[in-house]
Formats: sequence, structure tokens, C-alpha cells
Amino acid sequence: MKTKSILHSDPFNVIITGVGGQGNVLASRVLGNMALAKGLSITIGETFGASQRGGSVMSHLRLSKKSSVSPLIPKGKAHVVVALEPTEGIRILKEYGNPQVSIVTNTRPIHSLGVICGDQQYPSPEKMRQWIESLSKQAWLVNTTDAAMTLGNPIYGNIMMLGIVVGAGLLPLDRDDFQKALDRLMPASKIEKNLKAFDIGAGMAAGNC
Amino acid sequence: MSQLLDPQAVTRLYMGNEAIARGALEAGVAVVAGYPGTPSSEIVQNLASVARERNLYVEWSVNEKVAVEVAAAASFTGLRSLCTMKQNGVDVAADFLLHLGLSGVRGGMVLAPCDDPGGLSSANEGESRQFARLLELPLLEPGDFQEAKDMIKWAFDLSEELGCVVMVRSVTRLSHASGDVILGELPSVEKKANFKHRPLPQDPQSGPMHSFPVPQKHQAQQRKLERAVEIFEASPFNTYEGPEQPELLVVTSSACTLYAREAIDLLGVQDRVGLLKLGTTWPLPPKLLGKHLKSAGQILVIEEVIPFLEENVKILASEMVLEIGPKKIMGKRDGQLPMVGELNPDLVIAALAGILDTPYQASSAGYAEAAAQVGEAGAPPRELAFCAGCPHRASLWSLSRALELDGRDGFVCGDVGCYSMAIFPTGFQLTKTLHAMGSGIGVTSGFGKLEQFGMGQPALAICGDSTFFHAAIPALVNAVHNQTNATLVLLDNSGTAMTGFQPHPGLPYDAMGNEAIPIDPVKICESLGAKVRIQDPFDLEQTEKCLLELLAERDGVNVMILRKPCALSPERKKTKDFEMSVDKQACLGESCGCNRLCTRVFKCPGLVWDSTSQSASIDEVVCIGCGVCASICPVGAIKKAEAAK
Repeated sequence: MKTKSILHSDPFNVIITGVGGQGNVLASRVLGNMALAKGLSITIGETFGASQRGGSVMSHLRLSKKSSVSPLIPKGKAHVVVALEPTEGIRILKEYGNPQVSIVTNTRPIHSLGVICGDQQYPSPEKMRQWIESLSKQAWLVNTTDAAMTLGNPIYGNIMMLGIVVGAGLLPLDRDDFQKALDRLMPASKIEKNLKAFDIGAGMAAGNC
Repeated sequence: MSQLLDPQAVTRLYMGNEAIARGALEAGVAVVAGYPGTPSSEIVQNLASVARERNLYVEWSVNEKVAVEVAAAASFTGLRSLCTMKQNGVDVAADFLLHLGLSGVRGGMVLAPCDDPGGLSSANEGESRQFARLLELPLLEPGDFQEAKDMIKWAFDLSEELGCVVMVRSVTRLSHASGDVILGELPSVEKKANFKHRPLPQDPQSGPMHSFPVPQKHQAQQRKLERAVEIFEASPFNTYEGPEQPELLVVTSSACTLYAREAIDLLGVQDRVGLLKLGTTWPLPPKLLGKHLKSAGQILVIEEVIPFLEENVKILASEMVLEIGPKKIMGKRDGQLPMVGELNPDLVIAALAGILDTPYQASSAGYAEAAAQVGEAGAPPRELAFCAGCPHRASLWSLSRALELDGRDGFVCGDVGCYSMAIFPTGFQLTKTLHAMGSGIGVTSGFGKLEQFGMGQPALAICGDSTFFHAAIPALVNAVHNQTNATLVLLDNSGTAMTGFQPHPGLPYDAMGNEAIPIDPVKICESLGAKVRIQDPFDLEQTEKCLLELLAERDGVNVMILRKPCALSPERKKTKDFEMSVDKQACLGESCGCNRLCTRVFKCPGLVWDSTSQSASIDEVVCIGCGVCASICPVGAIKKAEAAK
């Protein structure tokens, strides 16, 4: 028997955002499969392909007890934002945020070409924290890239973020759901490291960063 | 690993393209052909991955026209076949499809084009729906993920019943979106092919396949469409939700159905608005349309991109005006919805809120003000960039330098691939013409003949390896035959990189992973009489020298092949050739006089500007150690050391 989970809102809207190559698409696929295992209906809208070379990438994830919904979340309707890069998190808050939104964000910048060549300024960590906090009800700011590097590859940051989201209780999902999704989506050789990344994330959530 | 073969009745999270692939498997498809193109590529990829288990033949064809021809051959023998491509692929295939419409098909044949409204991953936002009307073929459009699977299966039955190709059009927001799908049964894998080409008057399943005599075949084709309309009148893919006499009737299809439903919910106007969702969009079923149009005084058609459905609804409404009465039909032509770009729930909300005079606010005024205060400073725009270690950046750098040194105001003619980004700063804005696949060399062939009219600027064409086979060869033949002075720079990165490394005819394996005969572009070009040079683009000095020689020669057709695998290719992704570092003492920063060549001009995302030390710096998370930037620093401050393997 599948157990139906509690959704505070239906559909419940999650946006995973970052820069091309950060593992955004896989993270949304894992989270989607976790929710599916809970008996929820999932719709994921993604933008990827050539247009994302070096550009912003976002996945819209929508959990519902009913049926497939729009793969694009309406403006101002995000419940949870997961940002693999901090300015991308701010970009999403500005467009999809509201006074009730929660955000989990990596603090490690990836500089855009405009910043690299000096046409634009990358905001300071203090300023980013202030903006993120002003645009959310609760915020977790963590350097998951550095933590992922201890596992040998910055890419594990994406799974670590999912660990934080689940550890902080932002979604009606648990570690078992994660393990089931991993079993379905990943070769056995990759499961251990991803579980470790998830657990590190869950620990970060408990540590009240 | 593949969840494509999971058993009947389970629910799976499928990408729209997986759902299409599964639908084809449930229909017993035997032959699948396509050409890679976002957002369609995963259909063929998924089916190729299960070809052995399901007794399929799956190929990446050299281009879309050949893909349709390959799929048609299977249909002529009674097998079921599927053909996929992105929207502009249908343009390429249209000539054959026009004739196939007249000859008809035998085994069910489904054409599944995936359109890209907004051109999210395209150089256009062309419409494949137009081709259904132009080529007189029935058109279906799934409204969600479950339908994407179920409709494909049904389309095969329909194609066999009618004896014509059926088009099932998807869009990016279905093909590249995911949702849950309940799986159906997979049939037996036994399939038998035999082309009955000898005419038997009593048997429409035998005889040659062609379009003659044209008027009779055309009439037969139109009868098939009439039969399609009868079937569409009762199709379960056309649904209505809402009151019996709505104040406003929304007519929609495809992903727009989901936007419209969301907009109606968010505005709380379920008792005022009716939603007629159409799965069969060409030809439209008039009885069904008439019944619903009659029920409401005003109608809003919601679709992407051009007003195709709107115009067809208007034609029917005018034909039926005596029965249904005059109607106000809104949509794109009156500006309720934009004529260009993709739609989303917010655009639909805005249109509905205006028509129904219902106020709507996305978030509180206070929040919007706080967001406005953050402004652009909080999230600087992120323009597109070639990846760190991309061979195109190095190739274009040398091209840019060579054209500058040449001094005759030369330019580059590009085409479709990652290297299309050479119109942007990441590619030094080098490409000055960009149109269809293979058009770079076609246009260059034309520029080369303009010396007669006093044009002294050299034009260089760039083209990727997959594009070379797809459409560049005829243009190259044209250039040689007509004695044009033209240079083609073939950016050979060993695969169809932009869409995910699908194999092309230059590689020794095929879509299913079997051995294939690699076709050598060098031999093709040489056999045409073109002079060919091969270079490693990471050797900037040699590449630039070679390009300058080619520009100076201007004697017939020259080809330069710049060969280096894509930075994301499986063979390069896990290896780092060099550990890069910046000697902070040596880097003179702004006072160097180089104008920050590495970060301001070369602009690899792996090289960043450290504003604290006022010098260049390596971003070790992004840098993949290609070593190219070490060659561009005039003071040698960027250091490369062999990486440990």
C-alpha cells in the first residue's frame, strides 16, 4: 500500500536552480522519483539543451495528489527554492518567491561572463545573505561545493542540497524514499557516494546553518 | 537501468520523450529513424537503448529527409515505423512527405516532430503544425504525459486505418518535461517485412507506392482526411470541462491545456469558463466544435506559436455561422496573447483576467517591492558561453585573429550547432550570417562569386561534423563545381555534441551501439578536389598560421579541419590534461596593457578575475585543464603543468 503524504498546498511547488553542468536535471529526477514512491503525482518542467551552455538552468517540480499540472510554475508561487548557485537563487526568488517561501542555497559563486570580463559586479556574500533573507521566510545558506569537493567532485553538491531539503523537513519525504530513488536511477557503483552526500546534507540541515 | 521496458500497469515518472518512445513500443513499432535535434532527441535514444530486447531497427539518419524515407520503407512492407525530428526537420523532410501523402502508407507510420516555441534551443520557433495542413496529413497533439504515450499508440492504429502518415506534434514543455505515466502492455516482438509491389486490383495493400496519377491520388488523400474527421468527432482525446453555458469558452491543445487549467484554477473562474481541450487539431471535427462554439458568446483560443488553431476555428465558425450564431473569437490575431514566443501560466492568467475583468496579483505588493529593490544587482544576467575547455573557443579565437591580421574585413558564415554561439561575445561575435543546417558553406559559396561585383572581403564558413554530413556536402559540391573561392572550416568535435553525442556517419558505431562504417570527411573533400588541412585547434599558433595561408591563397575551395573532441564528450570529461595556475607576481592585471586579454576577451568561464588581488585566477571547480589559456597570456603568467593521470 502506498501512503499518501501530507502536502501543505496542492500543487506543492519546488524550483531547483543553478548553472548548466551543476547536476540540476538529475536532482529534479531524483526528487521526482522520491515523491512518486510516496504515491504523489509529479510534474517536472525543465529547460536544458544548447541554450543552457553556461546559462541559468531551472527545474520546476510540482507535487500533487491529483494529476499532471503545468510544467511551469506561475510567478510568485514557489514553496521551496533549491539553489546550486546563490545569485541563481536570488533570480528565482525575485520572480517566483513570496513571503512564505523557503530557500536552501549553495553559497559558492559561479561567475558569469559579464562578471568575468568586468562589465558586471558579483554581489558580496553579506549582501546576498541580506537579500536572500529579505525575500524568504526561512533560508539555509551552505557552501555545498566545498563540502562536495571532500567527496572528490563538486557535482555531489546537488544531492547534498536534497539532503538539506529533506533533513530540514521542507518536503514530506525521507531518507528511505531517497534510497529507493537512487536504486532506480543510478548504477550500484554510484550509490554509496550519493548516499554519503545526502547524509552530509541532512547533517547540515540539523546543524542550523 | 532503462525504465522503458517496465511492466504493464506500473506508474513511472517519464519525460515526455520517454512516454512517446514507450507508446511506440506498446504499438509494436519495428523501425525508428530520426535526426538529433532538441527537444526531440531522447525518443530515438531511448528506443535505440532497447533495440535488441524489442527486435527494433533504430538509426540516426544522415538528415530528416532520409529518416522519413527509411521509416517509409518499413511501412511499405507492412511494419510499423516512427520518425522523429525537431520542428525545422520537417522542413527538410517536407519534399518526401508531400509525395508520401499522395502515395499513402501501409504499416502504421507516425511522424513525431517536437517543436520549440520560444526557440529555447533553436535558431527559430518554426511550426510543424502548419505542415499538417500544407501536406494534408492528420495531426494529433498530446495534452500531457499519459496522453503522449497513449496517443502515439493510437496514432499507429489510425495511420493503418486511414493508410496515411499521422503527425503527433510535441513541444519542449512536454518533450523535456516529465510526469507520471501508467504503462500499458508490450506486444510480441515478432515482425515480418515483405514489400508487395505487384499490383493486385482488389488489394490496396499491394502494388507500387507513388503519387501517380496525381489527381486521383490527391482525391484519395482528401478522402482519408474526411474519414479522419469522422473518427476525430468521437475521439476521447478531445475533452470538455466546465459549465454547460460558459461565459467564455477556451479552446486549446498541447501544453497550453495545462497552462489554461492552472490559470482558471488560480483565478477561481471554474464556473464561468469552459475548457475545450483538443487532441485532434487538424482537420478539426466540425460537429464537436459547433456544439461547443454554440454554447458560448466569446471564445479564446490558446496555442503556441502562430494562430493556427485560431484560424482553423474561425473558418469553421464562419461556415457554421447560421447554426451557431456570430461569435467573438479571441486569441493571437487580436493581441490577447502574444504572436511570438512560448506561453506560460502567467500569460494565460493575464489574458483571462483581462477578458473576465478579474483582478490577479502574483505575490503581495510588499514582496514585489522588496524584489524590485534587489534589482539586477542580486542576479547579474548570465549570458551563454562555450564550456570551459570547449574546442570551439580555441578555433574561433584563431579565426578571429587570422581575419584581423588578414585585414580585408573578412567574416564568418555559420550554421547550426553549439558554434552558433559564435554570434555572441563567447565566440567573439565572429559569425555574421546564421541560418539553417549547412548554410554556412552555401552562403559562402555565394559570397565567393561576388568578386565579379567588386566584393573583396573573404568569407569563411564554419560547420560541425554532424552538420557536414547533414547538409553541407551539396553546398561544397556546388562551390567546387562553380569554381568559387571558398574556405570551409570544419569544427570536428567527434559527435553531435549539442544534442548529447549522438553518433553521425563519421563515427565507427551507430545509434544502437553496433559497428558502422565511418565516412571520412577528408576523403570526401579531397575527392571533390578541395585542398584539405587538418589541425589541432588547441595549437593556437599553428592554427592561426594555417588559416592565414588559406585566406591568402583564395584559390578554389579549401577545407580546414579543426579536430578535437567536445569538452563534455565521455572521452574528455573525466580527464584533465593540465593543472592550471596563475603566477600572481607575473600577472600585471590592468596595468599590463593586454586589456585583460584572458578574462575580458578570451572569456573562458574557468578563468575568473580576482578583484582582491587585481589579477586573473583559475576557478578550479569550472576549469577542466585544457591548457589553451596559457598560450594567450602575453607575459606567460598563466602556467600549465602536466596533470597526474
